[in-house]
Amino acid sequence: MAKYNILMHEMVPEHWLVSVKEEEKVLKTLGVTKGQLPKIRKSDPVIKALEKVEGEIIPGRMIEIVRKSRTRGIAKLYRTVIGE
Amino acid sequence: MKVEISKGIEELKFALLSPDEIRRMSAVKVITPDTYDDDGYPIEKGLMDPSMGVIEPGLKCKTCGGKVDQCPGHFGHIELAMPVVHIGFIKEIYSILSSTCSNCGRIKLADDKLKGYFQKIKDTADRLSDIEYDDIVSEVESEASDVVICPHCHFENQKVALDKPTTFREEGKKLTPKEIRERFEKIPNEDLPLIGLDPKVARPEWMVLTVFPVPPVNVRPTITLETGERSEDDLTHKLVDVIRINQRLRENRDQGSPQLIIEDLWDLLQYHITTYFDNQTPGTPPARHRSGRSLKTLVQRLKGKEGRFRSNLSGKRVNFSARTVISPEPFLSINQVGVPEKAARELTVTETVTEHNFEKLKELIKNGPGKEEDVYKPGVNYVYRTDGSRIKISDKNAAEVAEKMEMGWQVERQMENGDIVLFNRQPSLHRMSMMAHEVRVLPYRTFRFNLAVCAPYNADFDGDEMNLHVLQSQEARAEAEILMKVQENFLSPRFGGPIMGAIHDHITALFMLTYKNPLIPLDAGLHIMSYIDVDKTPETVEVDGKKYFRGRDIFSMILPEGVNLEFKGKLGDKSLDPNGTEGTIKIENGKLINGAIDENAIGQSKGVLLDYVLRKYGNAEGAKFLDNLTRLAAGVISFTGFSTGIDDEDVPGEAKAQLREVGNEAVQKVEKLIENYKNGLIGMEPGKTLEDTLESMVMKALSQAREKSSEIASHYLGMDNSTVIMARSGARANMMNLAQMAGIIGQQSIRGQRQHRGYTNRTLPHFQKGDIGAYARGFVSSSYKEGLNPTEYFFHATGGREGLVDIAVRTSRSGYMQRRLINALEDLKVSDEGKVLDTEDSIIQLEYGEDGTDPSRSFEGESVDVDYLIKEMFGKKYGGKQ
Ligand SMILES: [Mg+2]
Ligand SMILES: [Zn+2]
Ligand SMILES: [Zn+2]
Repeated sequence: MAKYNILMHEMVPEHWLVSVKEEEKVLKTLGVTKGQLPKIRKSDPVIKALEKVEGEIIPGRMIEIVRKSRTRGIAKLYRTVIGE
Repeated sequence: MKVEISKGIEELKFALLSPDEIRRMSAVKVITPDTYDDDGYPIEKGLMDPSMGVIEPGLKCKTCGGKVDQCPGHFGHIELAMPVVHIGFIKEIYSILSSTCSNCGRIKLADDKLKGYFQKIKDTADRLSDIEYDDIVSEVESEASDVVICPHCHFENQKVALDKPTTFREEGKKLTPKEIRERFEKIPNEDLPLIGLDPKVARPEWMVLTVFPVPPVNVRPTITLETGERSEDDLTHKLVDVIRINQRLRENRDQGSPQLIIEDLWDLLQYHITTYFDNQTPGTPPARHRSGRSLKTLVQRLKGKEGRFRSNLSGKRVNFSARTVISPEPFLSINQVGVPEKAARELTVTETVTEHNFEKLKELIKNGPGKEEDVYKPGVNYVYRTDGSRIKISDKNAAEVAEKMEMGWQVERQMENGDIVLFNRQPSLHRMSMMAHEVRVLPYRTFRFNLAVCAPYNADFDGDEMNLHVLQSQEARAEAEILMKVQENFLSPRFGGPIMGAIHDHITALFMLTYKNPLIPLDAGLHIMSYIDVDKTPETVEVDGKKYFRGRDIFSMILPEGVNLEFKGKLGDKSLDPNGTEGTIKIENGKLINGAIDENAIGQSKGVLLDYVLRKYGNAEGAKFLDNLTRLAAGVISFTGFSTGIDDEDVPGEAKAQLREVGNEAVQKVEKLIENYKNGLIGMEPGKTLEDTLESMVMKALSQAREKSSEIASHYLGMDNSTVIMARSGARANMMNLAQMAGIIGQQSIRGQRQHRGYTNRTLPHFQKGDIGAYARGFVSSSYKEGLNPTEYFFHATGGREGLVDIAVRTSRSGYMQRRLINALEDLKVSDEGKVLDTEDSIIQLEYGEDGTDPSRSFEGESVDVDYLIKEMFGKKYGGKQ
């Protein structure tokens, strides 16, 4: 069971860890603060899967999610990692 | 202007009232269960003691000296002879009894464990959420409840059980409220935080009442009926019971009556106090009025749809509003609403006198309030002078007040034509359920509007009522006119097409006007055109020396200039029309060249022509087009007349024979299939059992029968038939309905399956056991016109009931879901940059709908209609004009 990488599943949208350097740039283009972004728990299965690639992801980091959107084609959104 | 500063609530804390506090806030100790004496004066120390506030105008409060509108009301109190548990805290009492030691009062956990929990609360004090605190409390409770030997005093505790609603037992022995109270008194303050109480404001023993607060009289006012009879509030009735039993309990206790009697009275007191708080406590018979109606006590005042929250706080009744029955009026624009004179006289707009409206308002005041029997002329009901004093305008003082009128007065003028109002029909399921209309004051007593507006309100005229709200400020009027006017809501945000359009007879009429381009005699044509605003008539044609108009020319009168359009109408996809030309609607330069106008052209939510006019010429022109269209339709149909009757379903004998043949054939085919099945001649279809395979083959055979009957009916019933006209033009019904009336009704199903439930191995006792033939499983070969035989009738009713149940279930479920959605989404907003934010400015969507497109400005969900742009820009070669 645990062998399966959920990020590879077609129903799971792409999740990317935003590098610390990038964060500020992204926030600036979006015109928002990190606190305003939707949250994602560190315990979220997707974060756990990402951690296998990126190493530990501490709360406060940003995740970029690329989804298929019915209205836009492809939509990017961002989440801030929070504890637990 | 006064600036109001709103203060944020940082914290909200709930506490318990201590007996001392109840006594301290009490204005009077109530000892008499009576209210008024024979002369109608409140009895001293009774339930209506004037120390608890005043309810009659003119009287003064004995406690604060205030009059009715000044005195806030004051509590009284009752000293209970014996303590009684508070029903609202039963759960808490139970858990405290279970988790504390009955001997020493400590929480039944070892000191180090308790310390650990205290530490947990302390460590996280600043970022501990209420939920997390509650979690710790319930953890302590569940852990301590299981302990038998107290770690502090080594007493062996017994298990406490709750005997609903209010009795606690320890190993079968009853624990009296007095004993509970004594136990709770032993619990040290230090332990309380782990029980969930703050010792500064609450002690557990306060959950057992010894003093009972009596609410102020204005919480439970006496109602005086017209007959002079007095009627007391339900709460007062309940308080009478409490005092009466309390008195008897005290007497018996003091006289040293037998324990049994005292216990009975004590239980009775507990009952009355329990039902005083909540008269729907499970396990307690509700206290009733003499009439048998159950009393509305404290909890009932707050709870549910009719409770304080949902009925008085979330939803309030408002002024400047009216409600009455609705009826249709095709001569009103879609932007208008007809308001009955009677309502217009009552509904007012408050205007401040300025130099701009001075003369107008003066004239209005002179008109006075007006009389019902007179022709409607807007007048004035009240004026407010600058000092705030109010003058009621009557016929007598109208002229005098008009002369005295000054700048700055407020004038409550009656409704006049052109006022902007909001019009609403419940259930308000989408934003088009409340739109702004322009007022037309009309005689009679109903609200009236154009039939095209039925769709957004989902209204019909079988007794529907609607609400109307008069806007009071210029800002509100401007906002409503720009955002909420009917014409601004043409395009639905649900699917990006026009939600309003022609319906029923509009479609029938214009279809008849344009189908095969009929010749309309001169006088008829002129009559029809008199319904619309035109300044010239189309050219006439001469046939056999008589002058005629052509139907399509008349229709073209209402088309805006420069419409160029070609699309398929409803006839287009059917081969009903032999040449197939009527189904192609072609408009060139604002002239209808070919085709019959039908639902696809002007119908609601699918009218291509309507949609085109709206997008190309804007909402105002769209509204004008629809106004003219509805009037023209009324003109046509009132001249030609149109009706349908049962003889529309008459088919020739030859057709009848064919229909019977189709029915019999289908039944035989099913029998054959069953025979084959029994002989094992049917092969399994993939994914199905043999029975399922048979079932699907039978269903297919039977539905083919209905299709065939539909074909036969269509063949014999032509365009000279009213029902066919309605079905083909899309005005109402379809060919299948017609086939069911004239031919075969077809299979009646439940949940998509043939009917199979009922008696053992058969649906009805009219059939052989094991019969799975067409008729035994709900096939109806009769038509509605012929009538059904008894078994067919039964199956038809069963199938019909499924639809009704579905609707009932669906509406209640979707209503609840909508409530939850609205509550979750109600305070989201779209920022200036197009982000969707909540009240904390957290991001919900980075761009509204992810593409930043308002669906009502979209083209069927797409941001841009590329085809349309190409046609408009590059001309005829690509399907456009030039
Ligand atoms: Mg109705
Ligand atoms: Zn008072
Ligand atoms: Zn103990």
